[in-house]
Amino acid sequence: MTTEQKSTASGTPGGDCTLPDMAATIPPPPPDPQFVLRGTQSAVHALHFGGGAQAEGRPLLFSGSQSGLVHIWSLQTRRAIAILDGHGGQCVTWLQTLPQGHQLLSQGRDLKLCLWDLAEGRNTVMDSVRLESVGFCKSAILAGGQPRWTLAVPGKDSDEVQILEMPSKTSVCTLKPEADAKPGMPMCLELWQANSSPRPLLLVGYEDGSVALWDVSERKVCSRIACHEEPVMGLDFDSQKARGVSGSAGKALAVWSLDGQQALQVCRTHELTNPGISDVTIRPDRKILATAGWDHRVRVFHWRTMKPLAVLAFHNATVHCVAFAADGLLATGSGDQRISVWSLYPHT
Amino acid sequence: MAPAPSAVRLAVREAIHALSSSEDGGRVLRTLGSLKRYLGAAGGPALPAEREEFAAVHFSVLLRRLAASLSLGWLAPELERLCDSFFLEGPAGQAFLVLVESIEGAAGFHLMKMAQLLSRFLSESRMVALMEEQCRQCVKPGFPPLQEALLSKVVALPDHLGNRLQRENLAEFFPQNYFPLLGEEIVQALQVVVDSLRGGSDCSVSFVSQLLGKVCVHGRQKELLSVLVPRLTVLTQGSCLWQRVCWRLLERVPDRAMEAVLVGLVEAAPGPEVLSRLLGNLVVKSKKAQFVMTRKLLLLQYRCTTAMLQSLLGYLAMDSQRRPFLVQVLKELLETWGSSSAIRHTPLPQQCYVSKSILICLAYLGEPELQDSRDELLASMMAGLKCRLDSSLPPVRRLGMIVAEVVSSRIHSEGPPLRFQYEEDDLSHEMLALAMPQPVRDSSLGTSPSLAPVVAETSAETVDSSVNRAQPEGPDSELDSDDEFVPYDMSGDTELKCSKAPAYVRDCVEALSTSEDMEHWEASLRALEGLIYRNPAATREVSVELAKVLLHLEERTCVVGFEVLRQRALVAVTVTDPAGVAEYLTSQFYALNYSLRQRMDILDVLTLAAQELSWPGRLGRAPQLSSSGLSTQSSPALAASQPGSAATPDWRVVVEERIRSKTRRFSKGSPRRLAGGPNRFSSVAGYFFFPLIQHFDRPLVTFDLLGDDQLVLGRLTHTLGALMYLAVNSTVAVPMGKALLEFVWALRFHGDAYVRQGLLSAVSSVLLSVPAEQLLGDLPDELLEARAWLADVAEKDPDEDCRMLAVKALLLLERLKDKLLPASCP
Repeated sequence: MTTEQKSTASGTPGGDCTLPDMAATIPPPPPDPQFVLRGTQSAVHALHFGGGAQAEGRPLLFSGSQSGLVHIWSLQTRRAIAILDGHGGQCVTWLQTLPQGHQLLSQGRDLKLCLWDLAEGRNTVMDSVRLESVGFCKSAILAGGQPRWTLAVPGKDSDEVQILEMPSKTSVCTLKPEADAKPGMPMCLELWQANSSPRPLLLVGYEDGSVALWDVSERKVCSRIACHEEPVMGLDFDSQKARGVSGSAGKALAVWSLDGQQALQVCRTHELTNPGISDVTIRPDRKILATAGWDHRVRVFHWRTMKPLAVLAFHNATVHCVAFAADGLLATGSGDQRISVWSLYPHT
Repeated sequence: MAPAPSAVRLAVREAIHALSSSEDGGRVLRTLGSLKRYLGAAGGPALPAEREEFAAVHFSVLLRRLAASLSLGWLAPELERLCDSFFLEGPAGQAFLVLVESIEGAAGFHLMKMAQLLSRFLSESRMVALMEEQCRQCVKPGFPPLQEALLSKVVALPDHLGNRLQRENLAEFFPQNYFPLLGEEIVQALQVVVDSLRGGSDCSVSFVSQLLGKVCVHGRQKELLSVLVPRLTVLTQGSCLWQRVCWRLLERVPDRAMEAVLVGLVEAAPGPEVLSRLLGNLVVKSKKAQFVMTRKLLLLQYRCTTAMLQSLLGYLAMDSQRRPFLVQVLKELLETWGSSSAIRHTPLPQQCYVSKSILICLAYLGEPELQDSRDELLASMMAGLKCRLDSSLPPVRRLGMIVAEVVSSRIHSEGPPLRFQYEEDDLSHEMLALAMPQPVRDSSLGTSPSLAPVVAETSAETVDSSVNRAQPEGPDSELDSDDEFVPYDMSGDTELKCSKAPAYVRDCVEALSTSEDMEHWEASLRALEGLIYRNPAATREVSVELAKVLLHLEERTCVVGFEVLRQRALVAVTVTDPAGVAEYLTSQFYALNYSLRQRMDILDVLTLAAQELSWPGRLGRAPQLSSSGLSTQSSPALAASQPGSAATPDWRVVVEERIRSKTRRFSKGSPRRLAGGPNRFSSVAGYFFFPLIQHFDRPLVTFDLLGDDQLVLGRLTHTLGALMYLAVNSTVAVPMGKALLEFVWALRFHGDAYVRQGLLSAVSSVLLSVPAEQLLGDLPDELLEARAWLADVAEKDPDEDCRMLAVKALLLLERLKDKLLPASCP
C-alpha cells in the first residue's frame, strides 16, 4: 500500500510538469462569451458602457437597437433595467453618457439627438438637438468636468461637420473641407484634446477613405491622409501614444500616428481575412483593441504590436458595434439581436 | 648401396640417443651444444652443405625429440634454454609445425610449456622468418603439402589453441590479437621481399598471397586488413617497387579466396585512390577479380555500404584500362534496374542498392563515354521507368523517378530533362548527392582529398542557411514582451461565404447536380454531411440519387478539401442507408465508364462506411483516408493504431490522456468501456462484401482487374480484408470468410507485392473474425492450404512487408490452435 502511495505521489507531478509545455505549443481554443444579453428584438447598432447610480461598482451597459429603443442593462442581474423610447422607431446609431453622470446622449436616424435624464430613476428626454444630416455618421463629444461641453455632429451640407457648444446648443463653427478636396461625407468623428494644449482637435474619417485632423479653433485641416480605398467606417485614437486606428469597408485595418507637427502618417496596415469593419475600439488601458466585422466576427489585436490575438466567431450576423468598459469588459452587438459580453486578457 | 653417414647425421644420432637414454645432463648439454653450430649464421664453424643437410633432413626429427623430452619436465635451466633456442633460431617453418603438432598431443604442464614457447615464437617475430623462408623457397619449387600444412596451421592457430587450452588460453592467441599481429608480420615479410628484390635476388610472394587469401576466407578480413591496408597505403605511396609487390601479392591470391580478399579490401580502403594503388589493374588481369568487382558485388549482392560502392566504382573509373568496365557495369546495372521481373522479384533494399550504384557510375562517367552507348542506356532507362511507375509500391515509384531524372539529365542533356513530383526525404537527398559529378582523378596523383570534407562542408552550409532563415523571426518575438497576451487559436478565421447553405438534403442534391452558382454549389457540398446526419429519414428518400450525384461529382472550382468533403458526404449517405447505397456502389464498381479514381473512391467509401457502422463515432476523429496514402488503407485496426496519423487532436484530449497515463489510481476496477452499441454493420455486411468479390475475374473493356489495373486490385483486396474484419461477431462472417479464402487462393501467386499484402491481411482478418470452431468445422481444407501458402511466403517472398504479414498471420493461426487445444484434450 505504501509503495503504491509513493509511486502515485511521484507519478502525479510528472504528469503536471508536462502541462505548461502543452499550452505553449498548442494555442488555446477560442474563448466563449462570459454571457449573452438577449431581448432587444432587433439588431443592435450602438453600445456604450456608462457608470450608473444603480449599479454599485459595476457599470451599466446601454444598447441602441434598430427599432429605436435604448436598453439599459444591469451587468449584475444581466437584465434590462429600463427601456427608453425616444426615436420614433428609427434606428439608434450612437450612445454616450456624460461624465457628470445620469445623462445619456442618443443619436437616431430620425435626425434627432436626445439628451436623457437618468437621475433618480427618471427616464425623460431633457433636451434634443435637431440634426440635419441623413448620413450614418456618429457624433462625438468632448467633455471634461465642466458643465459646458463640446459636441461634434454631421452638418447640414453633406461634407460638413458642425461643432456645437452644449448644453446651450450654440453653433461654434462649421468645418467644411476646401472646395477642391472632395473627401465625401464624414463617416466617423473623434473629438479630443491634447494634454499639452486646451485646443480641441477633431479626427474625421471620410467617405473617400481618408482620415483628416481638424484644428477646431482655427477651423482648418492640419493634416489629411488617405488610408483606405473604401469609406472609413470607424476609428479610434490613443492620445497618449498619438496613434490611431481606423477600419473601413475594405479589407485592411490602418494604424496611423500623429507627429509633433500635427501631421498624420500611416504606420502600418493590417490585412483582414474578410472585408468590412463597422466599428473599432481601443480598450481604455490601451493594451488591446477590438473590431466589429461584417463577417460576423470580432477580432482582437494587441494594440502596440497589432498582433492578432483572437477571432471571436460567436455572432451569426454582422457585428455592428464593440465597446469596452473601464474594467476591461468587452461588449459586442450584432444584427442577430444579441449582445455578447467577453472578458479577455483581464487587467492584472 | 647406401652412402656413408655424414658427420651431421652422426652428430644428430648421438644427440637423440643421449636425449632418450642418458640421465646425465652434462652429456646431453654437450651433444646438443655441438649441434647448435649447424644452426648458426653463415660463416660459422659449420660448412654450408652441412647446415643445409641439418635443416632439411634432421632438424624436425631433432625438434620432435626435444619436444618429447621437454614434456618430462626434468631439464636443467641451461638445457631448457638450449632447447628453446633450437625452436626459436632454427628454420621457422619446421619449428612452427613441430610446435603446433606437439601442442596437439600434449597435456598439462607440457601443454603450457609448449604454448608459452609458441607465444615466444610469435613475439620474437619468427612468423616473419617463416614467411620469408617460404618466399625464398618458392624460387626453387617447394614441397606443396608442407606449404599447405603450414598455411592451414598458421591460419587456424587461434582455433587450435583455443580448443586445446580452453580457459587457459593466452591473450596472444585470441583472434583479435593474433590476426593484427599477423598483419604486421606480413608487412615485415613483404619488406624483406622488397629488400631482396632491391638486392637483385628473386623472391615470390605467392605464399603470403595464399596466406592472405586463406585468412580472408576464414572471415578474418577485418582484423587482418585493418592493419595491413593502412600500412600498405603508406608504403606504396612513394615506391613503385612496393606497388608492384602489392599488386603481385593480390594477383597471386587463389581464385577461391579472391572474393573474400576483395570485399575486405573495398571495405577497408578509405577511398578509390587507395584502392587503385593497392589493386592496380587487377580487374584486367584476373577473370575472377573482374567477376567479383563488376558483377558479383554490384548485381548479385547488396551488402556494400554507399562508401564502399563509391570506392569500388571510383576504382573502376580511375584508369583508362578499367573505364570500359565502368561503362559495361552501368549498362548492366541499368538493364537490371529496368527489368520488370527484377522489379517484381527483388527486395526493395537491393533495388535501392542498384539505383545508388547507377547514380555513382553516372557521377564518375564523362559525357563522351555516355554518348557512345546512349541509345542502349536510354532504352533500358525508359523501360525501367515505365515498369516502376506502374508499380503500386510508392518507394519503387520514387526510386524510378529519382534515377530517371538523373539519368535523363546526364544522357539526354540537350533535350528538356525529365521532371517528376516526389516528396523529398533523406533518401532522395542522399541519392541526388551521389549523382553529383565527381572529378576523375588519375591514380598517379596520389592522395587527394577524399569525399568526407565535401560532405561536411555542404552539411555545414545547410546548417548555416537554416540558422539564417530562423533569424528574422527572432526580433519580432523578442520585441513582444507582453507574455500575458497569448493568442487564441485562430484557425477558424476563414473567408466568409456570402451564399446561404441549403437547409434540406433535396436542395443539396439539386444544387450539386444542376447549380451553376459556384458559391452555392460549394456551400451545398460543405453543408451536406451535417444535413445527412441530421435528417436520416429525408436522406433515405433520395439516398441512391445522392450517392450517384456525389460519385460523379467533379471538382468544378478550386475548393479546399474537395476530395475529403465529397468522401465524407458519400460515407454519410452510405451509413444512413447502408443496404441501398452499398448495393448501388458495389454495382457501379464493376460497371463500365468509370475512372480508376472513382472505383477506388467506391472502395474507400465502403470501407469507411463499414467502419462507421460497426463502430459508431470512431470516424469523427479517425484520420481521413485520403488519396495520398496507399498504405493507410490497410486494416482499420492498424490504421487507427498508427500514431501521428490522427488529425491534430484537441489539446485538452492530449492533456487528459497524459494525466491518465501518468496517474495511478487505487480503485481502478475495470477500465471504463466506451458506451456499447449494436454493430449495425453485421446486418448489412453482405451487401458490401459479396457483390465486390463476385466479378473480379471478368474483365471489361475499360477495366481489367487481373491485368493492368492491379493497383485497384490491391485496393480491392485490402477493402475486402477490412470488411471481413469489421464483420466480426456476425453470422455472415462464415460464408464471407469462405469466399475470401477462395479469393485469396485464386490470387495467391499474384506478381504485385501490394496485392499480396492485401491478400495476407485478408487472411489475417478471416482468422480474426470467423470463430475458431467454425473455421475448423467449415473451412479445414482452406485453412491447411492457406497455412502452407503463408509458410511459403514468410520464407521466400521478396517483399519484406509481405513476409512480415505472413508471419503475423501464421502467429494468428498458432493462437487459434492454442485456443482449441485445451478444449479438446483436457
